[in-house]
Amino acid sequence: MTAIEAPVAASRRRVSVREWFANPWGKPRFLAIVTWLYIAWSLLPVLLAIRFAFNSGRSRTSLQGFSLRWFTQDPNLSVLHDPTLMAALEQSLELAALTMLIATPLGTALALGLQRWRGPLATSVNTVLLLPLVTPELVFAVGMFLLFTTAFGFIGLGTPAQVIGHVTFCLSWVVLIVRGRLVTIGRDVEEAAADLGAPPWEVLRRVLLPLLAPAVAAGFLVCFALSIDDFVVAQYLASGADTTTVPMRIYSQARNAPTPALNALATIMLVVSLAALVLAWLAFKWLSRGRSAGIDEFAVGTLK
Amino acid sequence: MASRRIWGLLTLPGVAWLAVFFLFAFYAVASVGLGNVTELYQPVPHWNPIDWNVGYLWQAIQDVVPGGRSWDVFVRTIIYVVVALILSLGIGYPVAYYTSRHARRWRVLILVLLVLPFWISYLMRMFAWTNLLDSNGYAAKFLGFISFDGLLRSLGLLDGTNWLGGQHVTVIMALVYGYVPYLILPLYASLDRIDQRLIEAARDLGAPPVSAFWRVIVPLSKTGVLAGVVLIALPMFGDYYTPDLMSGSPRTSMLGNAINGYVQGGPDKSLGASLTLLLAAFLLVFMLYYLRVLRRDQETA
Repeated sequence: MTAIEAPVAASRRRVSVREWFANPWGKPRFLAIVTWLYIAWSLLPVLLAIRFAFNSGRSRTSLQGFSLRWFTQDPNLSVLHDPTLMAALEQSLELAALTMLIATPLGTALALGLQRWRGPLATSVNTVLLLPLVTPELVFAVGMFLLFTTAFGFIGLGTPAQVIGHVTFCLSWVVLIVRGRLVTIGRDVEEAAADLGAPPWEVLRRVLLPLLAPAVAAGFLVCFALSIDDFVVAQYLASGADTTTVPMRIYSQARNAPTPALNALATIMLVVSLAALVLAWLAFKWLSRGRSAGIDEFAVGTLK
Repeated sequence: MASRRIWGLLTLPGVAWLAVFFLFAFYAVASVGLGNVTELYQPVPHWNPIDWNVGYLWQAIQDVVPGGRSWDVFVRTIIYVVVALILSLGIGYPVAYYTSRHARRWRVLILVLLVLPFWISYLMRMFAWTNLLDSNGYAAKFLGFISFDGLLRSLGLLDGTNWLGGQHVTVIMALVYGYVPYLILPLYASLDRIDQRLIEAARDLGAPPVSAFWRVIVPLSKTGVLAGVVLIALPMFGDYYTPDLMSGSPRTSMLGNAINGYVQGGPDKSLGASLTLLLAAFLLVFMLYYLRVLRRDQETA
C-alpha cells in the first residue's frame, strides 16, 4: 500500500461506517445479524438442555460423554425407572388425549352451529367464545380451582377437573379453526346438496364433515399441543402426586437438585409434540388432497 | 324449520360447556372473593349477590395501594412487565421486520425457526436457562468471561454472583425469552401486510430511508405492535412460574406469586380470589382491546 492510497482507504471506510449508522435499515446486514442472533439465543439453550439429557455423568450444566443413562439405563434414576417421572409422562399424555377427544368434536359442532345461527344471542355466544383467548391463564385457573373446591365439590380436584379445564380453553381454538375452514368452503356445496334433496343431517355427514376433515385434524393437533404445554391450569386442578404432569414435574424439580433425567423427560415431551405436529401435517395433507379442484363434483358424487 | 333445529342442537353442548365451566368459574371467583370464611379459614362462597361481603375485596384493595402489603409487589410487577415489553419490542421488531422485508430465500427457514419455540414447553425453555445460569453453567461462565456480570454489578443491576438467586435482571430476561416469540408472529403478520409500493413511493418522493421507516412503516404497523404487546402483557401479569424458576426469592415475586401464594398455599383463599378480581379488573382494558382485535380478524377472515 503506498503513502497515497492508505488515507484514501481509511476515509472510505469511515464514510461507509457513518453511512451504515445513519441508515441501518438501508442494507439489511444489521437486521440479518440481529435476526440470526435472536434465533440462536432462542433455540441454543433448549438444544443444550437436550444435549445434557444424553450426559453420561450427573451434571446438567456441562457436557459429560454421551449415553442413554438418563432415559432408560440408570436402574433407579432414569425416566423409565423413576416412577414419579413415568407417572408425569403418562398423566400428560392422558390429559392431552382426553382433551383432544372431547374438545375437538365439541368445538366442531359449536362452529357448525354458530356459522348459521344469527341474532343477538349468537353475537354474545361469539363474544363469550373469544373470552378464554384473552383471559390471563392465572385468572382462569383460580376460577376453575375455586369452582371445583366449592360448587362442583362433587367432581373435586384431579384428572377429571384437569381434563375439563383443558377442554374449556381448547374449545375456542377449535371453533376458530373450524370456522375459518367453513368460511373458505362457502355455502354453495351445502346448498347444492340440499337442492338435490339431502336432509340436513345427510348434508352434515356426507358433505360438510368430509370437507372439514383437515380443519378437524388441525383442531386435534392444537388441543394436543395446548394440553401438553399447559402448566398453570393443570397445577391448580391437580390433586396430588398421581395427577402431576411433565411441566409440573419440571417446575417442582428444576431448582431442587435435578439429575439429567429431568432433561430427558423434557426431551421426550418435545419429541412427542414435534411428532404430533408432523403426524397432523401429514393427516392434513392427506385429508385435503385434491380438494381445490372439483369440490362440487366431489360433493355431488358423495350423494349418489 | 327442521334444519334450523339441527344447527341449534349442534351449538347446545358447546354453549352449555362454556356457560357451566367458563362463565361460572368467573362467577366463582367473585362469589369466593366477596364471600366469607369458616373458623378454619375455608372459603364460604356467597352465590347470591345480595349477600356479597366486600370485606376481603376491601382488604385486597388496601393491599395494593401505597403502603399496603402487596404494594411493592404490584409496583415491581408493573416495572418488570414494562421493561420486558420494551426489550421484547426492541428484539422482536427488527426480527419481524427483517423476516418480512429482507429475508428473501431464507424466509421459510426463518419462519420455521421463529415458530419452533411454540412447540417447546414454556417450562422446558425456562428449565434450559436454569441449566445454563447455574454458577457452573455455560451462560454464567460466558457472561463472566465477557465481564457482563461485572458491568451489571457496577451499574447496581446485579447483586452478588448468583444469577439464579433473586436477580431482577434474570427474571426480566426470562420473561423476554419466554414471551417474545408470541410477539414476533403478530408483528410479522402486520409488517408483511404493508404494501412494498408505499415504501417505494415514499422513497421516490424524496424521503430518506430513515424517515420512510418512521413515517410509513411504523404507523402502518402500529396495530400489530399493540396487538402483540397486549398478547404477551396479559400472561406476563399473571406469571408466577417464571420468577419461581429463575429466582424463587421473595425479592423478585410478582403479583402472580402473591395470588398463587394466597390461593394454593395459605389459608387466605378469599383474599386470593379478591386479588384475582382486582388483577382481572386491572387487565380488563387490555382484554377488551385484544377481544376487539380478535373480532376484527374474525370479520375480515
